[in-house]
Amino acid sequence: MTDLSSSHAWVRTKDAERLPPPPNTTGVVGWLLQNLFNTPLNSVFTIIGVAFIAWIGWGIIEWAIIRGVFSGESRDACVAVPDSGACWPYVAAKFHQFVYGFYPFDQRWRVNICFIVGAIALATMAIPSLPYKKWNALFLLVVYPLMTFVLLTGGNLDFSTSTLLGIVGLLLLSALIVPLLAFGIEEGVQRNRTALLLAGAALLIWLVTLFISMPEINLLGSFVSVSTLAVVALLLAAAIMSLVHEASSRDVSARSALLGWVGACCAVIAVLLVMTVDFGLVAVETQQWGGLLVTMVVAITGIVASLPLGILLALGRRSKMPVVRLFSVVFIEVWRGVPLITVLFMSSIMLPLFLPEGVNFDKLLRALVGTALFSAAYMAETVRGGLQAIPKGQYEAAQALGLSYWRTMSLIVLPQALKIVIPGIVNSFISLFKDTTLVLIIGLFDLLGIVKASFADPKWAAPQTASTGFFVAALMFWVFCFGMSRYSIYMERRLATGHKRRGI
Amino acid sequence: MTAVIDEARPQRVSFFNDPKVRSRAAQIVFALLLLWVGYEIYHNTSANLAKLGKNVDFNFLGNTAGFDIIQRPIEYSRESSYLTAILVGFLNTLIIAILGVICATILGFVIGVMRLSSNWLLAKMAAGYVEIIRNIPLLLQILFWYTAVLKPLPGPKESLSFLGVAFLNNRGFIIPKPIWGDGAGFVGIAFIIGCIAAIAVSRWARQRQERTGEQFHSFWAGLGLIIGLPIVAFLLAGAPVTFEYPELKGFNFAGGTTILPELIALLLALSIYTASFIAEIVRAGIMAVSHGQSEAAHALGLRAQPTLRLVVIPQALRVIIPPLTSQYLNLTKNSSLAVAIAYPDLVAMGGVVMNQSGRAVEIVVIWMIVYLALSLFTSAFMNWYNARVRLVER
Amino acid sequence: MKNMLMSLALGAGLSVAAVSAASAATLDDVKAKGFIQCGANTSLIGFGFPDDQNNWTGLDVDFCRALAAAIFNDPTKVKFTPLSAKERFTALQSGEIDVLSRNTTWTMSRDTSLGLKFAGVTYYDGQGFMVKKSLGVNSSLNLNGASVCTQTGTTTELNLADYFKANNMTYQVVAFEQEQEVLKAYEDGRCDVYTTDQSGIYAQRLKLAAPDDHVVLPEIISKEPLGPVVRQGDDAWFNVVKWTYFALLNAEELGITSKNVGEMMNSTNPEVTRFMGKEGDFGVAIGLTNDWAAQIVKHVGNYGEIFERNLGESSQLKIARGKNALWTKGGLQYAPPIR
Repeated sequence: MTDLSSSHAWVRTKDAERLPPPPNTTGVVGWLLQNLFNTPLNSVFTIIGVAFIAWIGWGIIEWAIIRGVFSGESRDACVAVPDSGACWPYVAAKFHQFVYGFYPFDQRWRVNICFIVGAIALATMAIPSLPYKKWNALFLLVVYPLMTFVLLTGGNLDFSTSTLLGIVGLLLLSALIVPLLAFGIEEGVQRNRTALLLAGAALLIWLVTLFISMPEINLLGSFVSVSTLAVVALLLAAAIMSLVHEASSRDVSARSALLGWVGACCAVIAVLLVMTVDFGLVAVETQQWGGLLVTMVVAITGIVASLPLGILLALGRRSKMPVVRLFSVVFIEVWRGVPLITVLFMSSIMLPLFLPEGVNFDKLLRALVGTALFSAAYMAETVRGGLQAIPKGQYEAAQALGLSYWRTMSLIVLPQALKIVIPGIVNSFISLFKDTTLVLIIGLFDLLGIVKASFADPKWAAPQTASTGFFVAALMFWVFCFGMSRYSIYMERRLATGHKRRGI
Repeated sequence: MTAVIDEARPQRVSFFNDPKVRSRAAQIVFALLLLWVGYEIYHNTSANLAKLGKNVDFNFLGNTAGFDIIQRPIEYSRESSYLTAILVGFLNTLIIAILGVICATILGFVIGVMRLSSNWLLAKMAAGYVEIIRNIPLLLQILFWYTAVLKPLPGPKESLSFLGVAFLNNRGFIIPKPIWGDGAGFVGIAFIIGCIAAIAVSRWARQRQERTGEQFHSFWAGLGLIIGLPIVAFLLAGAPVTFEYPELKGFNFAGGTTILPELIALLLALSIYTASFIAEIVRAGIMAVSHGQSEAAHALGLRAQPTLRLVVIPQALRVIIPPLTSQYLNLTKNSSLAVAIAYPDLVAMGGVVMNQSGRAVEIVVIWMIVYLALSLFTSAFMNWYNARVRLVER
Repeated sequence: MKNMLMSLALGAGLSVAAVSAASAATLDDVKAKGFIQCGANTSLIGFGFPDDQNNWTGLDVDFCRALAAAIFNDPTKVKFTPLSAKERFTALQSGEIDVLSRNTTWTMSRDTSLGLKFAGVTYYDGQGFMVKKSLGVNSSLNLNGASVCTQTGTTTELNLADYFKANNMTYQVVAFEQEQEVLKAYEDGRCDVYTTDQSGIYAQRLKLAAPDDHVVLPEIISKEPLGPVVRQGDDAWFNVVKWTYFALLNAEELGITSKNVGEMMNSTNPEVTRFMGKEGDFGVAIGLTNDWAAQIVKHVGNYGEIFERNLGESSQLKIARGKNALWTKGGLQYAPPIR
């Protein structure tokens, strides 16, 4: 055998040299080799990246902790240390202000209740597996705003007589629509012809008074023009006739429409009552609000008000009526074309000019109107995306079932469209939340505004006060926005499953 | 006869249920309502202004401004008119918007590509960047950068010097100012000729490639023309340029051109913020091009670089451009936050004029019109570009 | 009618927090709503500054309190609206506030074409400059080539341009929206010079990390008469504001202070009895009660006390009376007599 092997040159007599083991593909080292050092260029990038992270991270740690000042009563503590880092006692002293602004100390429990109740309601709303979504939504959209309004401002509003009269008048006017809702327009008009004629006469008189002034008579000490009296009397008569007609009808739909009207009136009156009742809360003006409270109020009111507006605008933009479509397009594009700052300036400076003499708004409310209109334009585009994603078959099917436009929209299209755009709505909310910082430019103290304002306090003015304040503000904003963006991604994934095709 | 026709016709729809009538009636009511609201606003505004003894009148724009502006792209002094001041503000907005768009696009593309990198650390760093930056309000970032830019920089006397010709201090970045002498116009003409020639060469190269299949490196040739021709012209004209070097005089450097720290801070904040959005757009755009496209290109014999340039990027751009447009618009609008630091943009200058002249309505109208025009112009340009790169379907 | 319907629509839609203001008769409105809405500064110690608990202090703030004392016999019946320099005039024009008391300079254009009216000069000020001691500058005429930090939308900004132009000096203006931004930029070294009204400079210097490292230059480059402002076309309200200011001065001149106002009630000096409302119907003539002036002094003190409390030796600022002393003591503060 040995002979054989020696005689054949191609037979190997020695083991070939061992190849090096293949690069480790498991374990930490393997992972590193695969993901960080797989090519020379990547290795260089990795080293640069690590150095960069270390530089930034160390910079923050050094500034915040190692060189940071942790205790003290005033700026002296932070000024005394040469080359000091973050001035934490300043944050400790001012943190309550960052959250509540100038809200009176002994009243802050009211803000806390609003925060806590809101957080619980929102959390239960946001977690998909929890039940009672409808009731929760009702609470969040109706009861909660009312509750926060009363708690934060103190309620106990004084409505002027003309405002109250106006609301009562509008309620009565709405009575005219009840038969139209109950029987459809044609039959409703026929059944209620006299009332509508009276209302038409009132409208005519009003149009005439636009051009001709009427004599005024003294009524209970105040001067009222004859035409005003005539219009009010005609409308009142029309509304009462319409209601009497409804009540005497035996028709089921008339009954349910009437009941609905009564319910709506009761709700409005209840809301008015809650706003006017004196709960014994001290009135806190909006000028005393500030910090996170204002940020929350602006962002949440903005999003809640912009949602219905945005839906209407989105529907308007897809409407077949040219006037409505043109208006929606112009409205959306104008608001989207200008910066929020100019919108805020406009609402804070020009809104008072637009209103009739004697009507004036709270500054915060003016900012709210501006942000709501602004975000409504963006919301409209988000919702339009959802509407476009609904297949045409859905519209056609609804039409085939004989549903009217509003029913098609409210029962078929919008529920599907809105579900798709939930992530988009959350994203709009995030940008609105960030944009609330701009109200500081019109002199409201949101979170960033109050942080900036606190730099002016001579008690805490130190070289590092500004950086520390900005750091804390950035952290607070980031936590909120990041949380919401994660939620948006989570919802996107969750909702996406319903639309993916499975199988054939 | 008539009876037959009547039967053949569908039953006449009642007046109230005729969709056409209803839609028209609704539109008329809506239009009347709008007119009424518009009239009320007009009426109230004029009444309120009249009560204060004022009216809406743009003639005040001709009055002397009386204040100075820190950054003046055009001739401006305290004797100039309000209109010139607003124009200066508008040009400053344009400057920051254009610079911001360029920087944000570059940074955004880099970060977007980083997010798709095979290097785990790079991808995570890019993701971290996006998540941190876009969740912090821009205004806060502007204020932060303004502090961060100003604080560490030395005063004028201790300026950081770059070869003794450019200086960096907390008054800005001061660079030599070129002063063009006689014949400098030739350089400009040569540059224009170079551009035209480069376009012609690339046209010719494409046509030749389509005819014969031969390739020609039109990119390098074009670059050579665009850069080379002006250089040749410059040298032939006898180098007609002198530089005004900044020198330390009294409080600060005199001469040269100063790039303001406000501009630097605003540019940093805007481009870093917008880049985080652009990065996501770029990532989504590249992800949207299916891998099959690259494989098909490889199968056709294209190498990695042409595959990217000719196959992947053109398709990705189609997805990227529309959202990119809105980011550019956002950046332009966000530049109005300059008012928070002392950068004199349109909103800031308008605010000053508003306060010095007391003309609020007029200024707000000017703001709205200018920003709307900017937005419409940008969208129109991007729509045109988008139409060019659109998929041609048969 | 139209207004009626308009208010119907507004009432239903928008009026949740609508408050009514801004009619021709501000005094009646103020009495009806029970408080004065006063536009104030939020960051100028000595003139208008709210602390952590939203307690407002300052000369301008106390002037509004004096108004409230004159009208309601209660200095707390005043609400303050924080206003920036940019917003202040539109807030007054639109009727959001009843009186603007926010270190506002009286100028001709503001008094005429802005539709406003200045009721008096509660503080005679002038624009000054502050620089770092280390620069070694001792006159504002040596400021050629300097960068100057200032606030936009103020007379300061205009005076600055005039001054440097008149003296043939160049400068770089860094103009911010808010006072605290101006100061911060100055502190961060963005500018060599900080400029505002001189009283403001003293107030702002306190907020610097090392106030003693900064020096206020001696020159005053402008006249800055600061005072309360009301809307044009409402003489009744204008008179109330104007005479509240005069009452503060007259009280100091007559030696009536918040401490001795009780005793002074029994004074036989005819000037004092007229002031106290025991003789004549001066208060009724401006739509108030006859003891209006006594109420002001009782609750808020006289001009000297207000000055002392907010700006003078007993405050942080320690500003001398100077031009703001009474005319009898060589100053400019002079009030027509009550008779």
